[in-house]
Amino acid sequence: MKNPSIKIADRLSNLLYIRRGLLLGVLLAPPLLWFSIVYLGSLLSLLANSFFRLDDFTGQIVREVGLGNFIEIFSPTNLDVALRSTTMSIAVTAACIAIGFPIAYYMARHARGYQKALLYVAIMLPLWSSYVVRLYAWKLLLAKEGAISWVMQSLHAQWLLDGLLALPVLGGSSLSFSPMGTFIVFVYMWLPFMILPIQAAIERIPGSYLEASSDLGARPSQSFWQVVWPLAMPGVAAGSIFTFSLTLGDYIIPQVIGNSTLYIGQVVFRQQGVAGNLPFAAAFSLVPIVIIAVYLYLAKRKGAFDAL
Amino acid sequence: MVHAVSNVDLQVEAGEFFTLLGPSGSGKTTCLRMIGGFTLPTSGRIEIAGEDVSLQPPYARPINTVFQDYALFPHMTVLDNVAYGLMVRGVDRKTREAKANFLLETMQLPDAAQRKPAQLSGGQRQRVALARALINEPKVLLLDEPLGALDLKLREQMQSELKSLQRRLGITFIFVTHDQHEALSMSDRIGVFNKGRIEQIATPDALYHRPSTRFVAEFVGAANVLEGKDAQRFGHTGTVMIRPEQITMLFGDTNPSDQTSQTGAAHQAMGTVKEVQFFGSFWRTSVQCHEAGAHFLVDVPLQPGKAAPELGSMARLFWNANSIHTISPAVAQHKP
Repeated sequence: MKNPSIKIADRLSNLLYIRRGLLLGVLLAPPLLWFSIVYLGSLLSLLANSFFRLDDFTGQIVREVGLGNFIEIFSPTNLDVALRSTTMSIAVTAACIAIGFPIAYYMARHARGYQKALLYVAIMLPLWSSYVVRLYAWKLLLAKEGAISWVMQSLHAQWLLDGLLALPVLGGSSLSFSPMGTFIVFVYMWLPFMILPIQAAIERIPGSYLEASSDLGARPSQSFWQVVWPLAMPGVAAGSIFTFSLTLGDYIIPQVIGNSTLYIGQVVFRQQGVAGNLPFAAAFSLVPIVIIAVYLYLAKRKGAFDAL
Repeated sequence: MVHAVSNVDLQVEAGEFFTLLGPSGSGKTTCLRMIGGFTLPTSGRIEIAGEDVSLQPPYARPINTVFQDYALFPHMTVLDNVAYGLMVRGVDRKTREAKANFLLETMQLPDAAQRKPAQLSGGQRQRVALARALINEPKVLLLDEPLGALDLKLREQMQSELKSLQRRLGITFIFVTHDQHEALSMSDRIGVFNKGRIEQIATPDALYHRPSTRFVAEFVGAANVLEGKDAQRFGHTGTVMIRPEQITMLFGDTNPSDQTSQTGAAHQAMGTVKEVQFFGSFWRTSVQCHEAGAHFLVDVPLQPGKAAPELGSMARLFWNANSIHTISPAVAQHKP
């Protein structure tokens, strides 16, 4: 008494066991298709679009290959936007590393049990709620009559806030209308994306490496710079790619908080949404890709991925 | 409060190869970590050459360690790993690399300098770890089960290399292992750990022939320990020990008295062979005694033309009075 369906299932599983490539192919085909069509396909179409141009008169896209869009990126206004965005991204990334590293280090090396779980929740919790809601919450906190201003007044430190806001490029009429405010909110928004990869990298460093370093005569600061930092570097690099590209691409935060100067994301958004100039938007969105490629290349040359 | 170790009183002589031997969880590694400075003692003192280092951090102690997992820095080359101890002390590149290269040559690893630790075999990594720990010329070298990850052949080779290296350098080695063969073959003296205490400190020879507790007798080598009534049945008092190779085993139906005179043995027992294990140069035989409930382990040497002891066969065991070691004259009190 044999059940034929079981027999077929047996033969199928046997076949898959013997021909391992088959199983691999079956499992990999859907994600590879998704990846190549949706990810790479859209990226390639973006690249292709960036060579076309918009006919100003008819508003139609002219499918002729040219470098006009790329030349336009280097116009003073656009260069200014790219430079401002890059500077902001570097500042946000640096601040996220400075704030995130100690937290990640503590989580990986010292926190145990419920303390660790609590820290995870605290870091992930903001990601569970809407980003726009949190953004507007920050607008209230940073406003002229907002909580931060009120606290500063109560501490008789209003002069400090006023002094900061009086700074030339960074200041503004209030925190919520200054690049400083934009910076604070960017750092807040992207911090979890910096902490988690660094924490994972530090967690992988065996405690015996630090003991060996100390044993060989290294002071704690030397152990940190010689052993922990280089081994945590892949995590820092991964985290900074997140914070860097998220800042470069964001068009909502600078629209809600800050003075009305533009960032790359906003320009791309306006060009394709309002002006309908898809080719130029495509060309401009290649700027972050190029900047990140350069950053990765430099990081690799500095040996950031040697520990991988 | 649970103490991992307590009341450990150890004095290691300069230039000595001292081994901390014990089962896992017996406190030997904790003891080593306290000497290295990775764990601070809650009470007591640690002195090196008369200087109290109990509360010094590891980097201030004239001690270096070979870690169980070697702990080689994966992002540095072998040369940088070995030179690390000099680098953090601010020695210039030329001097430290010259010394590191010299040590690598001593360790027979001259071609490995520019490789990363991941590209080395287990044995090579072990040598790099050793070279790295020696570059600061420590007064004491701590070795935490450094041979545990190696296969048997390599382990035996490294044992003799370590021993000759220690003799050549004259550095004090404190070696942690749970392997009694390793301890016996390498050490000048051994401290046997059990449940966070030291049971005995002695030379390998004394430890093997004159263990001071039942635990030591059974942990170091194989032992037949007789206690109380069992001991009395064979004419001994207190707790006594006989090593398996000290017992002669004869088979067949020859006259017992003939055999007694033949072997000159003062004590004997009758039993049945229950188990035989082949060890190369001898058979380790487990004999169930008829007179008492006791089991005896007997090592039967291989002799030409002599077959292996047969399971279930009757055996007669003989031993001399001078092969008996009295662990304690009265019945040993089991520690709670």
